[in-house]
Amino acid sequence: MYAILALKDGTIFKGKGFGSPSEAAAEVVFNTSLVGYEESLTDPSYRGQILCLTYPLIGNYGVRRGLFESDRIQVEGFVVREMNTFNYHRNSIKDINTFLEEHSIPGICEIDTRLLTKKIREQGVMNGALLVSKNEITDDDIARIKNKATSLDSISGIDLLKNLGVNEPKLLKAQDAKATIALVDLGVKMSIVRNLLNKGLNVLMIPGTTKPDQFEDYRKEYRIKGLFISNGPGDPENATDAIKLVREMQSELPIAGICFGNQIIGLAMGGKTYKLKFGHRGANQPVQDIRTKKVYITSQNHGFAVDNNSLEGTGMEVSMINLNDNSVEGMKHKNLPIQSVQFHPEANPGPWDCIGWFDEIKRMFIR
Amino acid sequence: MVIGSGPIVIGQAAEFDYSGSQACKALREEGYIVILVNSNPATIMTDTDMADVVYVEPLNVQTLSKIIRKEKPDGLLPTMGGQTGLNLAKALNDSGVLKEVGVKILGTPMNSIEKGEDRELFKNLMEEIGEPVPKGAAIKSLEEARKFVNDVGFPVIVRPAYTLGGTGGGIAFDEKDLVEKVTFGLRLSPINQILIEEAILGINEWGEFELEVMRDGNDNCIVICPMENVDPMGIHTGESIVVAPTQALNDHDFQTLRSSAIKIIRALGVEGGCNIQFGFNYSTGEYRIIEVNPRVSRSSALASKATGYPIARIAAKIAIGMTLDEIPNDVTKETTACFEPTIDYVVVKIPRWPFDKFRTAEKWIGTQMKSTGETMAIGRTFEEALQKAVRSLEIGRKGLGFDGKRAKVDDLEKEFRNPTNERIFAILEGFGRGYSIDMIRRISGISPWFLQKMKNIYDFGNNMMFTKEDIIKAKRMGFCDAQIAHILNKKEDEIRKFRIDNKIIPTYKMVDTCAAEFRAQTPYLYSTYEKEDESNPSDREKIMIIGGGPIRIGQGIEFDYCCVHSVFALREMGVEAIIVNNNPETVSTDFDTSDKLYFEPLAFEDVLNIIEREKPKGVILQFGGQTPLNLAMKLYEKGINILGTHPLNVDIAEDREKFSVILNELKIPQAEFGLATSVEEAKKIVKKIGYPVLVRPSYVLGGRAMQIVYEEKDLISYMQEAVEISPEHPVLIDRFLDHATEIDVDAICDGDDVFVAAIMEHIEEAGIHSGDSTCVIPPQNLSNDIKNKIIEHTTKLAKALHVIGLLNIQYAVQKGEVYIIEANPRASRTVPYVSKTINVPLAKVATRIMMGKKLKELGLTEYREPGYVSVKKPIFPFLKLTGVDPILSPEMKSTGEVMGIDVDFPRAFYKAESSIYNDLPLKGNVLIAVSKRKNKEDFVQLSKELSEAGFRIFATEGTQKFFQEKGITATAVPKVREDPKIIDMIRNKELNLIINVPGSPTPGADGFSIRRAAVENNVPYIVTLEAAIASVKAINALKTGEIMTKSLQEYYADDKK
Repeated sequence: MYAILALKDGTIFKGKGFGSPSEAAAEVVFNTSLVGYEESLTDPSYRGQILCLTYPLIGNYGVRRGLFESDRIQVEGFVVREMNTFNYHRNSIKDINTFLEEHSIPGICEIDTRLLTKKIREQGVMNGALLVSKNEITDDDIARIKNKATSLDSISGIDLLKNLGVNEPKLLKAQDAKATIALVDLGVKMSIVRNLLNKGLNVLMIPGTTKPDQFEDYRKEYRIKGLFISNGPGDPENATDAIKLVREMQSELPIAGICFGNQIIGLAMGGKTYKLKFGHRGANQPVQDIRTKKVYITSQNHGFAVDNNSLEGTGMEVSMINLNDNSVEGMKHKNLPIQSVQFHPEANPGPWDCIGWFDEIKRMFIR
Repeated sequence: MVIGSGPIVIGQAAEFDYSGSQACKALREEGYIVILVNSNPATIMTDTDMADVVYVEPLNVQTLSKIIRKEKPDGLLPTMGGQTGLNLAKALNDSGVLKEVGVKILGTPMNSIEKGEDRELFKNLMEEIGEPVPKGAAIKSLEEARKFVNDVGFPVIVRPAYTLGGTGGGIAFDEKDLVEKVTFGLRLSPINQILIEEAILGINEWGEFELEVMRDGNDNCIVICPMENVDPMGIHTGESIVVAPTQALNDHDFQTLRSSAIKIIRALGVEGGCNIQFGFNYSTGEYRIIEVNPRVSRSSALASKATGYPIARIAAKIAIGMTLDEIPNDVTKETTACFEPTIDYVVVKIPRWPFDKFRTAEKWIGTQMKSTGETMAIGRTFEEALQKAVRSLEIGRKGLGFDGKRAKVDDLEKEFRNPTNERIFAILEGFGRGYSIDMIRRISGISPWFLQKMKNIYDFGNNMMFTKEDIIKAKRMGFCDAQIAHILNKKEDEIRKFRIDNKIIPTYKMVDTCAAEFRAQTPYLYSTYEKEDESNPSDREKIMIIGGGPIRIGQGIEFDYCCVHSVFALREMGVEAIIVNNNPETVSTDFDTSDKLYFEPLAFEDVLNIIEREKPKGVILQFGGQTPLNLAMKLYEKGINILGTHPLNVDIAEDREKFSVILNELKIPQAEFGLATSVEEAKKIVKKIGYPVLVRPSYVLGGRAMQIVYEEKDLISYMQEAVEISPEHPVLIDRFLDHATEIDVDAICDGDDVFVAAIMEHIEEAGIHSGDSTCVIPPQNLSNDIKNKIIEHTTKLAKALHVIGLLNIQYAVQKGEVYIIEANPRASRTVPYVSKTINVPLAKVATRIMMGKKLKELGLTEYREPGYVSVKKPIFPFLKLTGVDPILSPEMKSTGEVMGIDVDFPRAFYKAESSIYNDLPLKGNVLIAVSKRKNKEDFVQLSKELSEAGFRIFATEGTQKFFQEKGITATAVPKVREDPKIIDMIRNKELNLIINVPGSPTPGADGFSIRRAAVENNVPYIVTLEAAIASVKAINALKTGEIMTKSLQEYYADDKK
């Protein structure tokens, strides 16, 4: 198939198409992980984004049956240097091309993904549009796709939370449950839920639009011992209900969050967030614990961050920072049982260095 | 104190000069004074500006203890000098000298090293932390081995403890194998211990993976680079084709191994770098820990070059207590060293084997290392990286196939099963003969993913058309113009023209540790065919230096040393130095050696592409050995400015007939010679000049296929073999100057003046390859007349050839006459040895000369002899290469060299012998076995001296009788073919020294088995009369006084006085 990717700055990449012959317009981001495309593709935090992987050979180990981060491919489009349909892995049941095809996601390959990455690095994440077609690309197509890329709203202006996460409360039970917590589902990665369940926490998944009074009902009904704010896509300021919920519950319940959840907690407590130039997306991000000076290699996927300076007077304290740019990677409240991390301790994809974080919040929830 | 790894041997190559040099730099940056000890002069680390105090001394406990007591270092960094450095540190620790002087072991603690190195301790630790290891046992006898096999079954892997590169290891498939391998292995292990374990093999779907891990004192752990071996379990990782990053692991698999690696490095308590090898089962997902190296290694050098992350440098900083987050990332300059590198390309490493030199060696590759070096290539596709790597090997192949060459194998399936160096080529042929991926995989155990990629190359090569689209595709798969030309039946130049006309030119991409996430500050580039080029050539005056490629016999680390010096000289002059090379082990390919590094094959096309992109003012070819020189004429024809001696003059020196004309004009004597392209011609020539003759192909590298021929039957068989080796060049036949003293000269000429840097006298007679000879500076047996004649000839010839830069000449001195053997207007392998001996950096000086400086300006005009003596001695890979006779001949066999330096010749010679681990005994039993063809009279004096020195002499019957007549008491021993008593005595270490001198280049079986037994049992042995005489002198000198240690800085300072 034929394919083009247009960027807002006017750059056109001509390549080969794969997956579904269709179109996508979204923010273009890159991820530097060497492995983990199955997990990344199904990570809801990529909603509203076209994902470019910097590692050039993709598809090597096929696509497995089983546990993904959600029930569908979440990216709007997929960009790789080389798409390998030949794959070899004991768990593989299909190739990457088929996987994208099944989920109607367009993909482009055989382009200079390093050039694309550098453009994003230099100019910041930018909007783009992708066309995959069975027919040769015409000049009209190019003009149209270019236009699509330039006219698209910024990611902050798009309501990515709509249709994401559960519509109504859903209780997932752990074996030997010690307590039940509520998880505000803004597009949670299933690995987070699995980790919570493994720690003996029943997880009540609640919609991202849950209002405080509604929550009070759940709290009583399920005897909720804690509140967990999930990861999610886009600009955290758009998650107004979740922000309000945290604000209301801050003195009532222990609260924890990951990634988007970290940003929401920051906003709810009175802090500010800002958009990073090109985000942190990869499995090699060094995060330092301010107290012990210990550094963990973490998996990350976020375009926004909590503003360190905005936390003064909010009661929140920075507990971890990113060694590359000193941005906030973790926060704890001075007095209250509230803590969150910006990276992904659940990994998938990525290193398992911080898997112990779930023990820490388990202790917080089951005090 | 930093301990180096000694001479280059199989299993320990240039990577430890690279790591040691990085460590020296890293430590000095932090304000430490570095004391460096290494016996190998051809290393950057032993340069007196790399370390504050440099000892070129034997690497043994005795010598190091002396240095430690003298220098009183505060700390010892043991993890930079490979297995040699580590074993020595352990021995020094055990001996108590470290404690006595108060030397702290830096970095990884000694008990961690022991836990990683001792099989039993390691296994226990793994069991303790719940990490799976292959079922195995540490055994100390054959009975224990048998008992183990009864439980586990065949096949089993046998590995001796504490040996280099798996020396003596192997797989035992049956009882006979078991007896052989266990007996051999027990003998080799310095602690007589063997690990025997279940064989985890490729045919059972076990792939091999490696992770390079680092840990600092604050327990921060990072994984630098995951690597997957193309050759599955069962083949030593040093013998495997290796790919970075892993290709067949998904996130869960990879994180499983990563977490295991971190758990292990923590349990061991490593502070620095560590290499962990895994067996991973493709079909079940199980894994086993195979081996851990708690030090920087060959793999860490590879991982450093593959990612741009300088492991040795960072390990040195960790060793002095810094934590990863305190160390800056020198590539990006804006982030720290505490992160995991990520890459956006594929890296392929292929070992370089010496089988082209050792035609009788067993070519099977397995659990023991046989390769001498390796090459690495980078591409954006696997196919591209693989083909570039093959092209970089310098084995005459242009890529995986499609170059008119065939795999040198008889039986494909046998090759798949029991591979030699030809397996990848055999696989390609297999596709042509209808083998499916699945069939090959079942026999070879190679992962189908890799086989499919090779098949892609095969399929595309067979179907490509002469279209723009296909040429682009071909380039992206790593096909070079020559391959494309071969496929399309065109000329290479036509393809090049078509490409350039269609703007299909390579783009250069950066290696930056971070897949472009951050801007990189150190330009380390590779070619690929993409949209954007990142080479960004500067406007500065710049010079390009072409490196030497993989380390192989005849083309060793010496040439990398010269290239690095040339780079340094250019940078000192403010000129931009660009290096092109493909050897991941070397200092030349370190990220901060040059201003710009291109990691590329050194084939004509690849080099020309870079030249066209960079447009340097000139290109330097004379430092990288034969590899860059082979490009000289072709580049010259393209109008490229080649610095130094004009290529046409180089050609004169290499073309024997043209050279002869010049010699006649200059009235420099030469041996009579002739050129033959047939057996008949050869016979005719020899009739004229007489036996013995020296025969060789006209273009040679490291004396390949060179031989001394004494009679017609050997001449005929040689002609048939040699012509097959090199059909386009005639065979050169020289009268062999017997009983001549061979001389090597290194000189520099600036066009007007000539500086004779050193006259080196060979210990052995002419006829042994100069790279394999022991030699001495200053000469010990030459009159001033002869020396003056040598200087005169050298000066005349250098001027006649209009040499600009280095010139090496070999002479033979026979009966007062000085004959020229050959002249090479380029860096020779003795340049580092001479530079270190006379304290003049020849390659730097030569570079300045090429850039227009004059010798007079540099104050170098007079030949001068130092007031001390320096002996260079080669080291040989005989132990690793079974089936090879450990004798010396015109064909080069050595892998590396050492230097012994002291006040007089006997002491320097003794040190040199010690440095190649041939410790001459001061008492005991000596066997003297001399061929019938040799003059026994020559051995009388030395035998007398040995006897007087208190040695008990053993001799074969004939020799013993002869000795008796001369009044020397000797014990007779039977000939081996009658009674293997001698062999038993060697095995039982009842003999302390073997002097066994063969009489011809094709010696009999008796001598062969004696020499092999000596090699395999680590008994000091000597194979030439001259070396025996020198050894006796050395032994006598040692008996009368202790050997002193002295740093190079001290030698130089004393010499000036």
